[in-house]
Amino acid sequence: MPKYNHLINRKLIIGGFFCLIALIYLGRLFYLQVIDDQYIHEAQANAFRYLTEYPVRGYIYDRNGKLLVMNDISYDLMIIPKETKGCDTMALCEILEIDKEEYLKRYKKACVHPNSPRKQSFFEKQLDRQTYAKLQEKMYRFKGFFVQKRTVRKYPRPIAAHLLGYVGEVSSEKAEKDSYYKEGDYIGISGIERSYEEELRGKKGTQIAITDVHNKTVGRYMNGKYDTLAIPGKPLYCSIDMDLQEYGEKLMHGKKGAVVAIEPSTGEILCLVSSPGYDPNELVGGKERTKCFARLYSDTVGLPLFNRALTAMYPPGSTFKLIDALIGQDEGVITRSTVYPCARGYPPMGGKPKCHPHGAEDLIGSIAVSCNSYYSYVFKDITSQKKFKKYTDGFEHWRNVVKTFGPGTRLGTDLPYDKPGNVPSVQYYDKVFGKNRWFANTIVSLGIGQAELLLVPLQMANVIAIIANKGFYYTPHCIKGVSDSKQLDKKFKEKHLVGVQKEECYKNVIDGMQKCFEPGGTGFASKIPGIIACGKTGTAENPHGKSHAVFQAFAPREQPKIAIACLVENAGWGGVWAAPVVSLMIEKYLTGKITRPDLEKRIMAADLINGKNLLSTEFH
Amino acid sequence: MRGNQNSLFYGVDRFSVLLYVILVVLGWLNIYAATYNEEHKSIFDISQKYGKQLIWIGSSGILAISILIIDASFYTVFAYVFYGIFLVLNILVVYFGREIKGSKSWFGFGGFGIQPAEFMKFAVNLALAKFLSAQKIIINQNFRLRLRDLFKNYKNTLIALLILLVPLAIIKKLQDETGLAIVFIAFLIVMYREGMSVNILLFGLLSAILFVLALVVEQKIKLFIIMGIIGVIAFLVSKRNLKSIITISVIYLVASGIILGTNFFYNKLEVHQKDRIDILLQKKVDPKGKGYNVNQSKIAIGSGGFSGKGYLQGTQTKYEFVPEQETDFIFCTVGEEWGFLGSAFVILLHLTLILRLIFLAERQRSDFSRIYGYGVASVLFFHLAVNIGMTIGLMPVIGIPLPFFSYGGSSLWSFTILLFIFLRLDANRLLILR
Repeated sequence: MPKYNHLINRKLIIGGFFCLIALIYLGRLFYLQVIDDQYIHEAQANAFRYLTEYPVRGYIYDRNGKLLVMNDISYDLMIIPKETKGCDTMALCEILEIDKEEYLKRYKKACVHPNSPRKQSFFEKQLDRQTYAKLQEKMYRFKGFFVQKRTVRKYPRPIAAHLLGYVGEVSSEKAEKDSYYKEGDYIGISGIERSYEEELRGKKGTQIAITDVHNKTVGRYMNGKYDTLAIPGKPLYCSIDMDLQEYGEKLMHGKKGAVVAIEPSTGEILCLVSSPGYDPNELVGGKERTKCFARLYSDTVGLPLFNRALTAMYPPGSTFKLIDALIGQDEGVITRSTVYPCARGYPPMGGKPKCHPHGAEDLIGSIAVSCNSYYSYVFKDITSQKKFKKYTDGFEHWRNVVKTFGPGTRLGTDLPYDKPGNVPSVQYYDKVFGKNRWFANTIVSLGIGQAELLLVPLQMANVIAIIANKGFYYTPHCIKGVSDSKQLDKKFKEKHLVGVQKEECYKNVIDGMQKCFEPGGTGFASKIPGIIACGKTGTAENPHGKSHAVFQAFAPREQPKIAIACLVENAGWGGVWAAPVVSLMIEKYLTGKITRPDLEKRIMAADLINGKNLLSTEFH
Repeated sequence: MRGNQNSLFYGVDRFSVLLYVILVVLGWLNIYAATYNEEHKSIFDISQKYGKQLIWIGSSGILAISILIIDASFYTVFAYVFYGIFLVLNILVVYFGREIKGSKSWFGFGGFGIQPAEFMKFAVNLALAKFLSAQKIIINQNFRLRLRDLFKNYKNTLIALLILLVPLAIIKKLQDETGLAIVFIAFLIVMYREGMSVNILLFGLLSAILFVLALVVEQKIKLFIIMGIIGVIAFLVSKRNLKSIITISVIYLVASGIILGTNFFYNKLEVHQKDRIDILLQKKVDPKGKGYNVNQSKIAIGSGGFSGKGYLQGTQTKYEFVPEQETDFIFCTVGEEWGFLGSAFVILLHLTLILRLIFLAERQRSDFSRIYGYGVASVLFFHLAVNIGMTIGLMPVIGIPLPFFSYGGSSLWSFTILLFIFLRLDANRLLILR
């Protein structure tokens, strides 16, 4: 067609144009489908509903298999804001007893990050039964809302709140760091619930449901191939004796302080009382929880949320003399028959520290009557031995041996937040007094457990367990084992030897401790009928107020079953308030009954916090 | 010479037929996936759309064979008659048709419906081919013709344009079927091939660009400044004589007129059309409401990834997140279940057929056949570009089917007729001496 020859090139232009458009489209498709992955997520958000199946949290049993912690069902009202079109808002507000503003506030909260209008989030947590029943009746009218079942903790007996800890909502930071948790999930916040969170929580299950455009569930994704079942949490066997714990809490009622009991042969914690405490059922959740938490938090006198047994550091007072006695014998500076003078105080320092009237005592007697000047001499003689070139070397040696008994380092127990206590260092005193300007007599009150020396009650109990064991301990722990096979971390099966190993040393100290319960001993009033117990009183000076009463004991003398330390804040002399508590608890634990109801009644009735202190003796 | 000269298929381009069959079968499988119903698993179940499509495919086959049986001269001789008949039918449908979704474009026969507008395409194509091939002088090849020729060419151009614009106006105005009407613009490509000045196309393209710019750019003054700069640059690179000054000035004035007229024209549009333009230009973001279709369509296609989710595994299309997924948005099923590979395959398959048709058209001895061939290629291309462009957010939403893929008898029949008439003409090319 010669006529059209000049147009023949237009076929190329047209063909080229078609190809160009096709190429642009292919590029666009490549971008949408291969490069940009936003649409994959949006498609999943469209069609997939991830339904979380919460596992049942593991039960906790006491050492005798009695149930300490169980679960209860709770219902949370969930919202998917995007789907609330046509919801009977008024009726919902009425049931929940909220006003429209509150509704809108919560609605908005459910829409913004980290929540999303497409995703479910909490609208009201832990509905009470009545509300739940009312809601259930009218649920069909509340489009975009549904009720989600979860389990919360329940405590058959209102005890051991500090030890067990509580479960609460995971913090935003934790939820962001740990992919297991989502906003609103529960997590162990303190106590055993925290340290054994991974064992107790189990594993969440997920069901992937496919929904159509009307948000109707049309099936399981890949017939449930990628669904996971919730794995229930493992049961925990606690080393706590529930009855002893309950009894201890009753005895400590109305008093500030702590009682810790350990089974010396295993390091298992038998009870861990911090007083005042609270009913763990109150912190389970819902509206009540917030109110209760605020109340507990604002109690600045009793500090009920404060776990004294692990975190309150007290001077050990005279109970520390036991360690001095052990080191003194081990170093050879004293023997069983060593006698030091006492002139109602430590003679070289003009009668300071003071002492109460008694005769010159040997080692056994000095423990039984708790002579201050005796142990001032012992401390001086240990630290000032000739074998040390400088005084600080002697002090450092004493300090290192003391530290093997526990003070000054965290014991590494399986409860969170325990404090290390304090054994002052050479550097510390150099700073206070100046280099080479302090000697044994300058810091002699360390020898009787005062001054900067600080222990937490758990460490006090552990010291007694060491003496009961005659030189070793297992790291105190509150778990016998996880799940039915009772697995236990092997660090709790490791024997720790302390700096004094001679059996003779321990025998002499124990003799003195036994005499404590005999006539003339500081604990005579708390003697336990039919049981040979060994104890030591202490009175910890407190710069802020009245002294703290301390008592430590173990029983029976042969094959000890229980080592126990009790501290009662601002109660004065250890023999009056702390010794009876220890004595009653030992009797209760070993025999299961109480032969001295009068003593029990007097202790239980006493309310030292509110000043109903019936008997009081100020003594250092 | 291969084959028997008396055979029905003698001279019929087998490659095109093969492409046609592949496209139709793929389309059918995708309709099955898009409207898959657990309770009616059989792809042959005629109570379902996939079963019905099979009926349409079967009848299209019969239609194709019938077209091949009829002598080629039938189409050339009766080109205007076809045009007239379908023009009348398209008017009648407004008064006697069935109203479906607000548009009066359907003749109903029991459970089935037929859209005469679909068949207007081949009628227009025949009429245009007939008219253009009858003209001795090339239409409007150049603005600088002698006065007498210029007039004559403009008259031809006008008649050719009327052949397109009359049915366009009827279908748009009376039937309210924008998608079916706008297709006739594709024939401008044919007219370009036949000698229409490129300036008209450029003018159209420029107008479109300016229209978009005027809508996107808030401060119109910026556009005038930029155009001024372009004008100055154009003058500097030109011969710098009076003529180039006048040309550039005229272009500048016309462009300014378009920009200033944009808002006037835009406001004449219907609300949903404005919305569709706004969403395409991202002036309005409304993925839940007016932008829902496009957004869901992009999600479905985008979530397909490189190799797709697998046949019948598309969650977006299967669970009806994408509207109109078996008709106008059928490409979403392809994109989601077959991924980039499948999408590219479908596009390339279409492109191959279109380029094949251009190749066939160029080898015709008859002007009529060539023009008609270009018409088929242009219409197919227009459908492909607008339909897929719409699903991937490059075009505004216009209800226009994807050839051979979208569910529906009218469109499949229409494309079959369009294509097979050309294949009939092509088979005859050696017999026509002219």
